[in-house]
Amino acid sequence: MTTTARAPSARVDNPLPTVSLSKSSPRHGEKVVVGWLFLCAAFSVLVTVGIVLSLIPPTIEFFNRVAPADFFSTDFWAPTNSGNPGFGVLRLIVGTLNVTLWALLIAIPAGLGAAIYLSEYAGRTSRKILKPVLEVLEGVPTVAYGFFALTFVTPILREIWPTFLPGRLGEPPGIFSAASAGLVMGVMIIPTVASISQDAMSAVPSGLRQAAYGLGSTRMQVATRVVVPAAMSGIVASFVLGVSRAIGETMIVLLAAGAAANLTMWPNDSVLTMTTFIARTSTGDIGTGTTTYYTIFAVGSVLFVMTFLMNMVSIALVRRFRETYE
Amino acid sequence: MTEPSVTHPYTPQQELPDHPVPVMQTRSLNVFYGGFHAVHDVDLAFGHHEITALIGPSGCGKSTVLRCLNRMNDLVPSARVEGEVLYHDQDVYAPSVDPIEVRRHIGMVFQKANPFPKSIYDNVAYGPRVTGMKVDSMDDHVERCLRGAALWDEVKDKLKESGYSLSGGQQQRLCIARAIATEPDVILMDEPCSALDPIATAAIEDLMLQLREQYTIVIVTHNMQQAARVSDRTAFFTARPDETTGNRTGLLVEFDKTSTIFENPSDQRTEDYISGRFG
Repeated sequence: MTTTARAPSARVDNPLPTVSLSKSSPRHGEKVVVGWLFLCAAFSVLVTVGIVLSLIPPTIEFFNRVAPADFFSTDFWAPTNSGNPGFGVLRLIVGTLNVTLWALLIAIPAGLGAAIYLSEYAGRTSRKILKPVLEVLEGVPTVAYGFFALTFVTPILREIWPTFLPGRLGEPPGIFSAASAGLVMGVMIIPTVASISQDAMSAVPSGLRQAAYGLGSTRMQVATRVVVPAAMSGIVASFVLGVSRAIGETMIVLLAAGAAANLTMWPNDSVLTMTTFIARTSTGDIGTGTTTYYTIFAVGSVLFVMTFLMNMVSIALVRRFRETYE
Repeated sequence: MTEPSVTHPYTPQQELPDHPVPVMQTRSLNVFYGGFHAVHDVDLAFGHHEITALIGPSGCGKSTVLRCLNRMNDLVPSARVEGEVLYHDQDVYAPSVDPIEVRRHIGMVFQKANPFPKSIYDNVAYGPRVTGMKVDSMDDHVERCLRGAALWDEVKDKLKESGYSLSGGQQQRLCIARAIATEPDVILMDEPCSALDPIATAAIEDLMLQLREQYTIVIVTHNMQQAARVSDRTAFFTARPDETTGNRTGLLVEFDKTSTIFENPSDQRTEDYISGRFG
């Protein structure tokens, strides 16, 4: 063939070659892999469904024995008292919220501050050091935090408590207090909030930062007026995860918050949280089938519903307020 | 290639002085990124109420030069600038100068439209708000800026909607409205039309010619016809590879009236580039 193979005669003489477009091999392996991937995705959903299902029958049994009104609206907690038992879960809910509140007062400002620093201010080297350290902190066992609260933070709190404050707030805490557990729990949650918030902020397109700098923004204005609003859905997600961890956290409150079901939001009081109750009570000492036994499941259900509702609310909040940059 | 027209469709080209009356100037501008010499000895003057186009092949340093003018290169940690960049006869790299203040006077429009994920109104109001600018009525100011960017009629009924609800060309005009909201007197445009279709590009070019009445504009463009259509003066850059490292350093070849650059360039490299023989 010459370089002028485009002559009309050549087209007639050489019809188009046949090309097969059907599958060259059956690709069974792909189907197996896709099936396996589906099972992985389905597994966590199935486990969640399983947990819910296992909670429901004992909870129903509990409410057969104790009227819902007694559970939700009485102010008396003594489920193990055989003579005059009380099942007013409000005291446990308030105890949980008490510790959670102090934990969040620590974790949200510190975590968000750390995230802003890491994402907008830190140089390459300091980020390289700080981020892994932060992530290591996330892996410290909670029992270590609990021991730290009881043996280190509590004595210091008792020592430095601002006793000049008037009224109840001026009373130094005892051996067990919501303040000690809450502070340490807050420290425990900082890495979660910081790490997820920072990921969300780093994902904000650099074009937005450039635009903000180009308009004469300071670094702080770029961070607070452009990057944080643009990353808000991720930041709120980090808060929600922090709250969920605080509500569900067991070891710290078990060791440092005490076991007295006080109806109080004061930080210097001892409180009994829902998780502490479950952990203290499910020790094998109680007989299966007793009302106390079913109380564990009822409290567990309350815990589950609380975290579930909070996730729903936060998803709605994020949908409403996020600034999408796609 | 057909010879591009160099007459302005908007206003008949006024008598352009032979030398610009500079609002901004660079003197022996050299830029380094770490050990890499990005731009070598650039002397330019940007005339009052003129549009200056910076053209040249990729990697010739034209965007780098543009980003020196309002100190955006400060955001690159390894960047280092030598020489002078004068704005109203003050060196913007002088130690006493606050880069944030510089950027309030020298606005910038970027290659990819980058509106904030906020409402159209808040996009325009952002600059005046962060700079603490005194405006009698923010509503009026936002309207004025949107009119100035030829966008008002298209968005006046949806000021509360996200800037991302607009088309690409509208987003870019929103970015221009946002840039003029801080009342700069110089606007830098870094390939503002490279992501736009021809109709949106024409709208932005019309807008540039209108803005020239009030602002000094510097535009980086890959599109030579665009430079020919809108600019009063053109600076042609090229890249010269270093003999030992092979790193390409950008340098200014020729800077003159746009008509001269396109019709009668004095440097062979300019002529080769303009006529499409390289780049």
